[in-house]
Amino acid sequence: MTADSPSPALIEVNGLAASYGHVAALKPIDLRVEEGEFVTVLGPNGAGKTTLLRAMSRLIASDGKIKFKGRDITGVPTHRLAKLGIIMVQEGRGLFSEMTVQENLQLGAYGLGGSRDQVEGRFEQVFRLFPRLRERAGQVAASMSGGEQQMLAVGRALMAGPKLLMLDEPSLGLAPMVAAGILDTLGELNRSGLGILLVEQKAPQALKLARRVYILSSGYMRAELPAQDIKSHHDLARYYFH
Amino acid sequence: MTLRAIISTKLGAYGYFAIALAVAIALLFAWVFFKGGYLLTVLQLAMIYGVFCVGLNFFMGYTGQASFGQNAFAAIGGYGSAILTVQYGWEPILALVVSMAVAGVAAVVVGYPTLRLRGHYLAMATFALGLITYDVSVQWTDLTQGYMGYSGIPPLGIGPFTVEDDKLKLVCLAVILALGVWVSSRLRHSRFGRALRAISSTELGAAALGIRVSRYKLLAFIIAALYASAAGSLFAHTVGFISPEVFGLQMVVVTFTMLYVGGIGTVLGPAIGAVIASLLPEVVRSTGRFQDIAYAAVLILMLIFVPKGLSTLASIGRRRPIKAGAEG
Repeated sequence: MTADSPSPALIEVNGLAASYGHVAALKPIDLRVEEGEFVTVLGPNGAGKTTLLRAMSRLIASDGKIKFKGRDITGVPTHRLAKLGIIMVQEGRGLFSEMTVQENLQLGAYGLGGSRDQVEGRFEQVFRLFPRLRERAGQVAASMSGGEQQMLAVGRALMAGPKLLMLDEPSLGLAPMVAAGILDTLGELNRSGLGILLVEQKAPQALKLARRVYILSSGYMRAELPAQDIKSHHDLARYYFH
Repeated sequence: MTLRAIISTKLGAYGYFAIALAVAIALLFAWVFFKGGYLLTVLQLAMIYGVFCVGLNFFMGYTGQASFGQNAFAAIGGYGSAILTVQYGWEPILALVVSMAVAGVAAVVVGYPTLRLRGHYLAMATFALGLITYDVSVQWTDLTQGYMGYSGIPPLGIGPFTVEDDKLKLVCLAVILALGVWVSSRLRHSRFGRALRAISSTELGAAALGIRVSRYKLLAFIIAALYASAAGSLFAHTVGFISPEVFGLQMVVVTFTMLYVGGIGTVLGPAIGAVIASLLPEVVRSTGRFQDIAYAAVLILMLIFVPKGLSTLASIGRRRPIKAGAEG
């Protein structure tokens, strides 16, 4: 919670640390995202960005505390986090590749239970945002282009009605134009009030969208600063190799 | 538009495949009915194995888990039916249902701790389950009569109506298999089925969407156990005799072959695989002492040229995707 903000942060982690065997991939770090805020975590390859999101999603074991809207969710299992509204778009999209676009989207709405009207409403919302998915509804996810797959990954996450959307390098492997389109959509979603935590290696576009930036390197959180304070790659490199 | 064009547009590859399959099944049944004798028994066993494989497909195909121990639940069904009908004089249908319930409870007891394991560990644990059940059926002679097994098991029936005629038995078994396939198809395309297939694709990804992975794996395991138990009971009531060998390691190997030949993870694959793998030894029998080699060669050729199983033949020749997650 910030000093001038009476309401609790959307998500707040304190002393979050994770390791793979004896290798500490994430040293104890603090991070928060306010309601409706767009926050970016930047870092080079191997910085611990994916580990951070996985630890926050409880996909891997970790130490430290995690609070969501002021509620301690440290011990809450992954499947319950989705129902609370914490949704992660994994690196490599994590699509169910043998299933159709429609089936992937239906699985996104899994937490909504059997409410058909609500699911239909979400379908319309996603198809409005990504008209290409409507055209491809019956197509198997594996047969789509990388850009379309990323649209599907984001669309599937939106089907759950997230309050916090965490994305792990959504621009990875995409042509610059396609990646820019995806990130523009994220900006649009954020303007409609969705809290976003974006993890990226490529800085320029992510910096345009974010209000605050965290810089992660070798598992350490090197800095937290307003996005406009990073003017060039040199500024970033200074933190990366701190 | 010509008639041919209309049919082509309306049906598509799957439509043609379904018609060809229905015609092939009708011809096969007609031929076996006409010829009778030994082939009737072969086809009866194919139907029973089909029921077993449809269940196994829930756990191994839809959910993507490995189990080498489903024969244990078939043994529960077989011995349950045999003991309850021969020793206690129960109605066969009641014995079948009660045996299924016992198998379901056993699946919960075994599956709850075992399904925390993954991959090879799960495979080894389930394999051990099958071996333990085999040993119990051999050693616990008071209950199972050991290697002697049970004979004189009454045929399936309800009240005064019993299915004793071999042709009628085949019809009944075919109807039961069709019912099993129908249930499998309905569940596969339901919310539950999608969750199972999501787990098969990526367990972590499924959990991240709110799917309770361990619970769904257990449910798939229980369903597979119920089907296996039903198959075990059907075997007992169809053949009239069971022994430990019926539910031994051979059953695991045969049903795996059926599942992969037909198409693991598909709706029709297990049933198709059961029929093909049951009839194939009869087809290659004419090769005399080379029949085992011929059988193996045909299976290998099938797995090379139709690796996803015979039920996926409909998709052959369809346009392949140009890009698969490529840039852009």
